[in-house]
Amino acid sequence: MQAETIRPLKFGLHRFAAPPEFYRLAGRLIPWFGSLAAVLAACGLYLAFFVAPTDFQQGEVYRIIFIHVPAAWMAMFIYAVMAFWAGLGIAFNTRMSSIWACAMAPTGALMAFLALWTGALWGRPAWGAYWAWDARMTSTLILLFLYVGFMALHGAIDDPRRADRAAGVLALVGVVNLPIIYFSVQWWNSLHQGASISLTRAPTMAATMLEAMLVMTLAFWMYSIAASLARARAILLEREKRTGWAQQAALE
Amino acid sequence: MHWASWQEFWAMGGAARYVWGAYGMVVLALAAEMMLLRARLRRAREAARRASHWSNKEAE
Amino acid sequence: MIRALLAVVNRDLLLARRQRGDVVNVLLFFIIVITMFPLGVGPDKDTLRLIAPGIVWVAALLAAILSLGRLFALDYADGTLEQIMLSGQPLSLAVLGKITAHWLMTGAPITVLSAAAAIVFDMAPGPTATLVASLLLGTPSLSLVGAVGAALTLGLRGAGVLVTLLVLPLYVPVLIFGALAVDRSVGGLSAAPWLMVLGALSLGAAALAPWAIGAALRVSVE
Repeated sequence: MQAETIRPLKFGLHRFAAPPEFYRLAGRLIPWFGSLAAVLAACGLYLAFFVAPTDFQQGEVYRIIFIHVPAAWMAMFIYAVMAFWAGLGIAFNTRMSSIWACAMAPTGALMAFLALWTGALWGRPAWGAYWAWDARMTSTLILLFLYVGFMALHGAIDDPRRADRAAGVLALVGVVNLPIIYFSVQWWNSLHQGASISLTRAPTMAATMLEAMLVMTLAFWMYSIAASLARARAILLEREKRTGWAQQAALE
Repeated sequence: MHWASWQEFWAMGGAARYVWGAYGMVVLALAAEMMLLRARLRRAREAARRASHWSNKEAE
Repeated sequence: MIRALLAVVNRDLLLARRQRGDVVNVLLFFIIVITMFPLGVGPDKDTLRLIAPGIVWVAALLAAILSLGRLFALDYADGTLEQIMLSGQPLSLAVLGKITAHWLMTGAPITVLSAAAAIVFDMAPGPTATLVASLLLGTPSLSLVGAVGAALTLGLRGAGVLVTLLVLPLYVPVLIFGALAVDRSVGGLSAAPWLMVLGALSLGAAALAPWAIGAALRVSVE
């Protein structure tokens, strides 16, 4: 095993950069994040369906917003976090950072897909078309391509360390480009249509609608953390299956 | 609670297939992700156990 | 330093001249792709004039990606790339030299050919000039950003298609501003703002891409 430079962080957190510690910690944390996600989702769904009023213009179909917006926000948030940890992995040569980035990618891609799916089902009754090439949906589609590219590049390289670093460079390039892509798509959409209509703009928000949306966003966030922790554990076992600690952990 | 009945709730003012199509996909996708992750962890644990079995055999 | 840069450029140009086919094929691809669209869409002049900027720009993107296969792969295969990286020279310099040569062989000819494409689509002189200008300002970005993808996928199986998947999303802003510039010209307005944005994107890419390319090369050439 190669020696790693693990810079000491505050509160002794750096020991979780070591795979066995991370594996154990993640195992203990997953139930907590999972339960939090479930509770928050239950509250959020209750608010979404039984407290938030019917929208004056869109009727009931606007309630899709309570899963559409959280998915879209998580897709973008996860990409930024993924790029951050991949960058750390390259800069400090820590395996765990890169593994964490890899663990988040499929969940982020799934969020992007769900944002697109729910947005399409919202668009059809509300504005007449499943897909209307508006700025936010188009940007989310490109974000999905960026996720897929990250996973494809990582999967195409056999050596895990080279794969981690290559995908990491790609993620950093992507995160720098993402604002540029977003603004260029906004310009593209508004200049081709005249009036800049954001097709998935929320209806004027009653306070209860905002609350429900925030609670659901937190639920999605907690879920994403739990899913990423689980995937990170799997990746660790897969990569380290020949080491003592992994074989020990597999027997527990 | 402003639904007159459960029927009204499921009907969602006529937009049922859109609302439940959206929520349904989310539930389906997240459930699928959880199941796949569980299976992946199981396979990883088995692979590690097999690796330990072989390294034990080598030691003999 | 300029002499070193020119040496790299000249070397790549010389090597390309010996295998002229590779370079010409990319340009032929550019022309053929553009020809496909009228065949698919129909010969109506007004429709073609409307979609011409988008078509030419998309064809330019695809041709640029296609040409990336030569950028680093040949030197990587015969060990020259490793030599360049081990030599005392700063890697960014060599990278910029190779990209300049690459642009001279793809971006520059494509810019010239676009004037011919504009004629084929019956575009007016004003928009034609804007099209050429937009490609002139935008194709350097394509070479620079594309080089990142080429460096990351060095030596991988299926590198060609993979590079396309990685690089096309990053090309979106250049495509959008390039096509928008020409559309503005068609509408009779000055396309200067969009052309300036394209120039800024290329300058930004020239500033940042060499770092990413160097990092990617170091990752790929362990």
